[in-house]
Amino acid sequence: MSPTPQRLQITAASPDPALLDLPWHIPLEDWPAETLAALPRGISRHIVRFAKMSGRVIAVKEIGETVAYREYELLRQLRRLDVPSVEPVGVITGRSDPDGERLEAVLITKHLSFSLPYRALFSQSLRPDTATRLIDALAVLLVRLHLVGFYWGDVSLSNTLFRRDAETFAAYLVDAETGDLHDKLSDGQRGYDLEVARVNIIGELMDLQAGEFLEEDVDAVAIGDALAERYGELWRALTESESFTFGDRWRVQARIDRLNDLGFDVGELDITTDVDGTSVRIQPKVVDAGHHSRRLMRLTGLDVQENQARRLLNDLDEFRAATDRQREDESFVAHDWLTDIFEPAVRSVPRDLRGKLEPAQIYHELLDHRWYLSEQQGHDVPMKQAAKSYVKNILPTRPDEQSILGVQAGEIPDTDTFPVVDPDQIIG
Amino acid sequence: MATVTFDKASRVYPGTERPAVDALDLHIEDGEFLVLVGPSGCGKSTSLRMLAGLEDVNAGRILIGDRDVTDVQPKDRDIAMVFQNYALYPHMTVADNMGFALKIAGTPKAEIRQRVEEAAKILDLSQYLDRKPKALSGGQRQRVAMGRAIVRSPQVFLMDEPLSNLDAKLRVQTRTQIASLQRRLGVTTVYVTHDQTEALTMGDRIAVLKDGLLQQVGTPRDMYDTPANVFVAGFIGSPAMNIGTFPVLDGVANLGRARIAVQRSVISQFTDDDKNHVTVGFRPESLDVVPDGTPDGIPVIVNIVEELGSDAFVYGSLTNEFGHADAVHSGAGDAQVIVRVDPRQVPGKGETIYVRIREGETHLFHAGSGARIEH
Repeated sequence: MSPTPQRLQITAASPDPALLDLPWHIPLEDWPAETLAALPRGISRHIVRFAKMSGRVIAVKEIGETVAYREYELLRQLRRLDVPSVEPVGVITGRSDPDGERLEAVLITKHLSFSLPYRALFSQSLRPDTATRLIDALAVLLVRLHLVGFYWGDVSLSNTLFRRDAETFAAYLVDAETGDLHDKLSDGQRGYDLEVARVNIIGELMDLQAGEFLEEDVDAVAIGDALAERYGELWRALTESESFTFGDRWRVQARIDRLNDLGFDVGELDITTDVDGTSVRIQPKVVDAGHHSRRLMRLTGLDVQENQARRLLNDLDEFRAATDRQREDESFVAHDWLTDIFEPAVRSVPRDLRGKLEPAQIYHELLDHRWYLSEQQGHDVPMKQAAKSYVKNILPTRPDEQSILGVQAGEIPDTDTFPVVDPDQIIG
Repeated sequence: MATVTFDKASRVYPGTERPAVDALDLHIEDGEFLVLVGPSGCGKSTSLRMLAGLEDVNAGRILIGDRDVTDVQPKDRDIAMVFQNYALYPHMTVADNMGFALKIAGTPKAEIRQRVEEAAKILDLSQYLDRKPKALSGGQRQRVAMGRAIVRSPQVFLMDEPLSNLDAKLRVQTRTQIASLQRRLGVTTVYVTHDQTEALTMGDRIAVLKDGLLQQVGTPRDMYDTPANVFVAGFIGSPAMNIGTFPVLDGVANLGRARIAVQRSVISQFTDDDKNHVTVGFRPESLDVVPDGTPDGIPVIVNIVEELGSDAFVYGSLTNEFGHADAVHSGAGDAQVIVRVDPRQVPGKGETIYVRIREGETHLFHAGSGARIEH
């Protein structure tokens, strides 16, 4: 049988013609430097490279054809289910080099801007609470994945990206290769995922220690165990049923408030009473993450992460109280807050510094900075003045995080190590 | 090390009526390499995941050794799911890469070192223990990954299509490596694949599944020589067996010009379902090319010749000239037969050759149920 000639086939939901300009006839390992974006890479079983395309950065992974299509579909499904994950761009098959030698298929995903790989975050100067916040973020992600029936199969820090989310982090799934979507996960599947996560995290941290990127005395095993603990707490809070006597019906609202507080909305709550009506049992059936970010979106149209939204909503509430408009319709107040407070503050950041952090994250830091200034000066510092000082003294010292270029583990400072501000410069 | 027993184990997914795995009865011996094989959706991966504890068992039991593990969490089952493609940690030595899971479990240092050294010996990695993975070849890195599972000395290894992600060449190499390694270690292993060649080359025994039902379990030789039904006959063997269903008249099944005598003892086993038909199977290698005019010679028009060096296969059509030829199908399609021919005397495309089924090399099955008829 005569061999059929190889044809490049691109499968993508909205293909970008610029895809065709990339050197698909070259093995990924040998791609020329000018095509690549020098982003730090995690530990991967496959060859992965970041490439520049149409002013964006894409991640390209060489992987078997069937696996590539499968992962592409899974990532699309996860996006539809609103789980934080990288956005798939497409699959390219039928690659061959100029000699006609077949090359492996590739899966392309968008690089998540402002995302930070764990190697950049777990650094020499790892503060215990940074580790805790990363683990918390991963626990939230794992719970959200399990709630929609996604079995990950290979949970690890390498397969996760982190984005700053106010004073915490939000975790995103990067690698779905070993995953599976089910109607509902069994306890065995959840338990196994968690155990794999625990062992992988500890292994990854021990590796950083072996490479002297992380201090010897950091207890890797304790950090891994903390994930299992945090996951268990959150899972129980979200899914466990509770019973109480009929007189204690306030506990229904209390449960809903507690879930909101954890950042989840209750889509469906099962309430059953026993035959004589003396006791009530409630169990959340459908919970959706993003309680605060949805509320902020509804009020202002701002699309930000959960804890950033929480922070912004608090500021909105303060604005409302300060302007004595508690009785007005919330959406009117929100509109004024957006145009009079939020937007001017974010706009006061010069264009060349905007790649440092996401706007919502900048605003979060601005609020922190204003708090420090106010405390130092013993009175409330106006936002305008705080913004000026922040742009002059703080922001320039922060690394560019839109797409971290050529950063080694340990070079990115901790999220809340604010440089000491010289009081003389504050008025700036 | 231990035996593994599926005792009428079933898995029914919520919202479906037909079990994904239906009352599976399977006993795997201590140290045995058992391959679960079948087409996609047959229940092989579900069976493995039931054993791993990743799928609930809705009825029946699963035992590892004498211990009922049906409701035991995966991590407490003393099994290891082996991925062929573990990522290795770049800053850790080979020894640490292999032993870190033991370190997490709190195993004393001296014992970790001892177990790592034993595993390294089996894996031919002894002289690399203090190196970093970067200094190793691709094959050596894969062995380090295997070493990670080995040092834990689990009772059972589970492997779910571990080679599916490798290119063809590496797949063949790794297949051999895994099989020989398993024999050296002697750890009970359950291996899932959709690829019957992988199953035949690796397994001590093979279990073929279809639609959640176990079709047959036996050695590769059993499966090849005495397939229990038409499905197994068509699934095992490459290229696939030629199979066709024919009416039996006067003790003879007429296959084109060829007449296959059907013994009375066979006919006496016919059921109403068979409607006096019999399903006949013959492998490509059970056919001899004979001169035109030889009694029972079947004319085959050559469509394609596949030359593999040591072997050559003719993919040909049967003519309907003598009736019922279109009842035959093979891996190549309907009314197509596959014939192994002498690679030094290959016919040309479009030629007609005559083939005869070698004496005693036909397989007979009930036309109704598909079950094998001994003869």
